Amino acid sequence: MSLLIHLSLSFALLSILAVGGGTAVLPEMQSLLSHQFGIDHTQFIHIYSIGQLAPGPNMLMVLVIGYQLAGLLGASIVLLSFFLPSSVLCFYMGRLWNRFGESPWRRAIQNALEPISIGLMASGVYAVGKASIVGGITAALALVSFYLILRTKINPVWVILGSGGFGALLMTYLK
Amino acid sequence: MSLDADQLVPHTQAPKLGDIFIQFLIIGAISFGGGIIAYERILLVDKRKWLSSDEFMAYLAISQTMPGLNSVNMAVLAGDSLRGALGAIVATIGLILPGSLFVLGVGVLYSTASDHPLANLILIGIAAAASGLLAAVTYRIGEDNWRQIKSLLIIVATFLLMSVVKLSLPLVLLIMAPIAIYIYRPGKGA
Repeated sequence: MSLLIHLSLSFALLSILAVGGGTAVLPEMQSLLSHQFGIDHTQFIHIYSIGQLAPGPNMLMVLVIGYQLAGLLGASIVLLSFFLPSSVLCFYMGRLWNRFGESPWRRAIQNALEPISIGLMASGVYAVGKASIVGGITAALALVSFYLILRTKINPVWVILGSGGFGALLMTYLK
Repeated sequence: MSLDADQLVPHTQAPKLGDIFIQFLIIGAISFGGGIIAYERILLVDKRKWLSSDEFMAYLAISQTMPGLNSVNMAVLAGDSLRGALGAIVATIGLILPGSLFVLGVGVLYSTASDHPLANLILIGIAAAASGLLAAVTYRIGEDNWRQIKSLLIIVATFLLMSVVKLSLPLVLLIMAPIAIYIYRPGKGA
């Protein structure tokens, strides 16, 4: 029971801190999970990566974390805690926003939060990269993926699946 | 996009809750590989004309400023504007339902097969590509910001506090938000 409460509070906090989207809270989530819930960096990166294959919003992988820690109940608690607080906040902010209309401060806050959230996303990239790039082959796979996704119109799902298959082949035969 | 009868008559009344749910459910089911905001724009502005282009941009700004995932926030705001609180709820549930089932299915597999040597090798490759994907997405979102010295400084400072000094996220926001808002305060020119 206390595990569920702990999970729910942790993910609710992450939810309202997720300025600029889910990637911004990745490093915080990663360290929280390893320190307090015993999910190590490798496991976290695996779960995160699997999540990237799914359609829909890109942080649904929190469900798997909940499932790993406390089964289906854990999955639902984590899903609710991660998506409800920010959604409720956004809901009321949307209504306030409509009432107050355009104000110079609104623009200022939006401009100010944008580079902060990009900085946090960069930290997310760093956290994921540090845990997933473990040698020459993975570095090459990451670079090729980066290039393909940035420069071509290929669907990222194919890149990720291809990297999984090709990477497994390389690691099997180059060892 | 096919031209159905729906598009030929202007919407004089609010869309049905079931319709909102189904439309967001479709986005939630087909948006493999991201880009959900684009799908939402196609639905809301082009396909159903539920929002004007201006309204969409205003909601996008709120979605990006508020915490939470942009695509989910957009569903909340659009749903609310169409059918109030219930609209927001059905839009959000529709959007996350298909992916949740997918992730849960794969998650159950992962829980049972993560010790398998081949599964492990595949996961290593998948994780490497995911970090490449994340880097590409971040690079693209930040595109205009990398070139301006003001925003670049804030980006770098935030990154250093988070990843090098390793402060906690609330602390980083407490430090950086006032500084950034001061830098971008009204009257200073954007």
